[in-house]
Amino acid sequence: MGRKILLVTTDQQRFDTLACNGGTLSRTPVVDGLAAEGIRYERAHPQSVVCMPSRSTILTGQHPTTHGVWMNGVPLPVDAPSVAEVLRQAGYRTALVGKSHFEPYFDPFLRFDENALAMEGTTPHGGSRRGFEHFETATHGAMGPLHYSQWIIKNHPEALGMFARAVDDSLQVSSEAGGDTGAPQVKVNEMDRGIYHTDWVADRTIGWLDSLDPDADWFCWMSFPDPHHPWDPPESEVGRVPWRDVDLPAGYPEDKALRESIIDAKPRHWRAWYDGSLVSNYEAPAEWVPATLTPDQVREVNARNAVEVELIDEALGRVLDRIAERGWGDDVDVIFTTDHGELQGDFGFLFKGPYHVDALMRLPLVWRPAPSSRTAAGEQAGPSVVTKPVGLVDLAPTFCAIAGLEPAEWMEGAALPTDDVDAESRGFERVLTEWDSELFGTSVHLRTIMRDHYVCTAYLPGTSHDGTEGELYDLADDPLQRINRWDDPAMAQIRSDLLSDLWDAQPEPRAERLYLEAPV
Amino acid sequence: MTARRGSMRHTIRLACPPDVVWAMVGEAARLPEWWKGIDECTVEGDTRTILTRSGLPMPERILTVDPELRRFQYRITSPLLVEHLSTIDVHDLGDGTSFVVYSVDAEPAVLALIIAGGARAALTNLAEVLGVEIVA
Repeated sequence: MGRKILLVTTDQQRFDTLACNGGTLSRTPVVDGLAAEGIRYERAHPQSVVCMPSRSTILTGQHPTTHGVWMNGVPLPVDAPSVAEVLRQAGYRTALVGKSHFEPYFDPFLRFDENALAMEGTTPHGGSRRGFEHFETATHGAMGPLHYSQWIIKNHPEALGMFARAVDDSLQVSSEAGGDTGAPQVKVNEMDRGIYHTDWVADRTIGWLDSLDPDADWFCWMSFPDPHHPWDPPESEVGRVPWRDVDLPAGYPEDKALRESIIDAKPRHWRAWYDGSLVSNYEAPAEWVPATLTPDQVREVNARNAVEVELIDEALGRVLDRIAERGWGDDVDVIFTTDHGELQGDFGFLFKGPYHVDALMRLPLVWRPAPSSRTAAGEQAGPSVVTKPVGLVDLAPTFCAIAGLEPAEWMEGAALPTDDVDAESRGFERVLTEWDSELFGTSVHLRTIMRDHYVCTAYLPGTSHDGTEGELYDLADDPLQRINRWDDPAMAQIRSDLLSDLWDAQPEPRAERLYLEAPV
Repeated sequence: MTARRGSMRHTIRLACPPDVVWAMVGEAARLPEWWKGIDECTVEGDTRTILTRSGLPMPERILTVDPELRRFQYRITSPLLVEHLSTIDVHDLGDGTSFVVYSVDAEPAVLALIIAGGARAALTNLAEVLGVEIVA
């Protein structure tokens, strides 16, 4: 019997929403406890700041350039490499419960198996799909054909209209406002907590774990759809974090003139989105103008987000309790992370897009190795903090290492370091993030490197950019990334060095470009 | 994403004469044979109603069936769309191969993307259904 693996992902969660990372709004004792026993990463970045490319990176261990999912709406090929398949071939039982999103959601023809499967059961044709022998899916509400939607329709049809609308009549991301402040994508949801998708994901995970033989080795990806917008947690829980008591986040400059001067020093698509003249991507409401965002709306969004984070923490706690009851507690590695961040008020914005700043790129990542592994290896038990840069691309090889397997040759990352000494000795110096979007005449292309204490983004030619623009932040003296030093003569050599490293480190591109088949 | 109207095109070159392709795509009722995800369709006069695999019925109005040009055009008349026009053209490349162009114009733009995504897969499937090679 070997080490089992519980991968816990959330969707669109910021680094600073966990108490162990300095967050003050949410109580997250379960993840904090894992961090206290394990490894907490200070600089974990995604390789894309939107769902489908980022989730494809987790599964394949490759950068978007290589796996080919260059933006939301581009399906990951069914035969793409999968760490779940590597583990399954090694004898692991495998499951994905919750949000998968390797294929588009907009699918009236049910062309994509992830959507079609939910109409048929939880066991994919041929026994597995993408390496998962159990596939049980959910997303942010009860739309579409996914398993959670089917469950709601069958068991709680009265709850169907309780969620916020994901899209409007034009099939654009909804700008519908609600709550006390009229914030976008906020809705009062009268749904009973027990049928909200967070608890459903935990319940179904427990259900799958209960189906396993006690001696089984297993890999379970438990994937919560929250705290991604819409911010519509069960109303019964909203009182946990009264929004009027919420301090404005450090990343939100309340002074309008200051806020706009910061934005104006960034490449022009920042200001264009702020003013509502250009919404370059599908991931933000088309009709919402960020310049209208009020301080109280920032407070309410942050409060509701914090409630969703707490519900996830509690749901994870229930799953860990069940794992302990099954007698597996000492043999399970738990990795907690997310696919990308959320602007959540930073610079006056919500949601996400081609904006490579910490709000979207700095992720929570905690690895609690199986306690038995430390005993067996004679390693020093105890917490550690890794400050060197790592990426979600490093997860797949980490799972292989946990399972005692060599990483597959197609994996581009390396097993996560256990401390900074380990990181330094194995060359964890940089992490890359990329953005590509081309949608109805609007294209944006970014390449970013984070190394030392710098975040440097090069803009390739696109609708708003001529290829000379960029962003350069020195986190050592500007942690809020307010001063763009791209054109600062004093930074010219550093910029040049960072760009050289950025281009030298670019991953191998996929031979054929994949098609965009849906907006998301 | 601020565009209201979207235009998308997908093409394929098939190793067969255009009349072979036209015999399939020019026949409105044969759509479910080559478009996976359309389970049924009925044709009455110039009205075609398709049923998608997800159970969504879509009424369409057939505008053009021109065997000389080998052009087929239709509008989806569902209230989901403000406006839609799809055009399938089968061109003779003169070397025993055909070039098929599937064009989709729609408002809202999102639906152009979704319909065209389905059309791209349908064109690939068309080659399989006809038992002909795709020419690179």
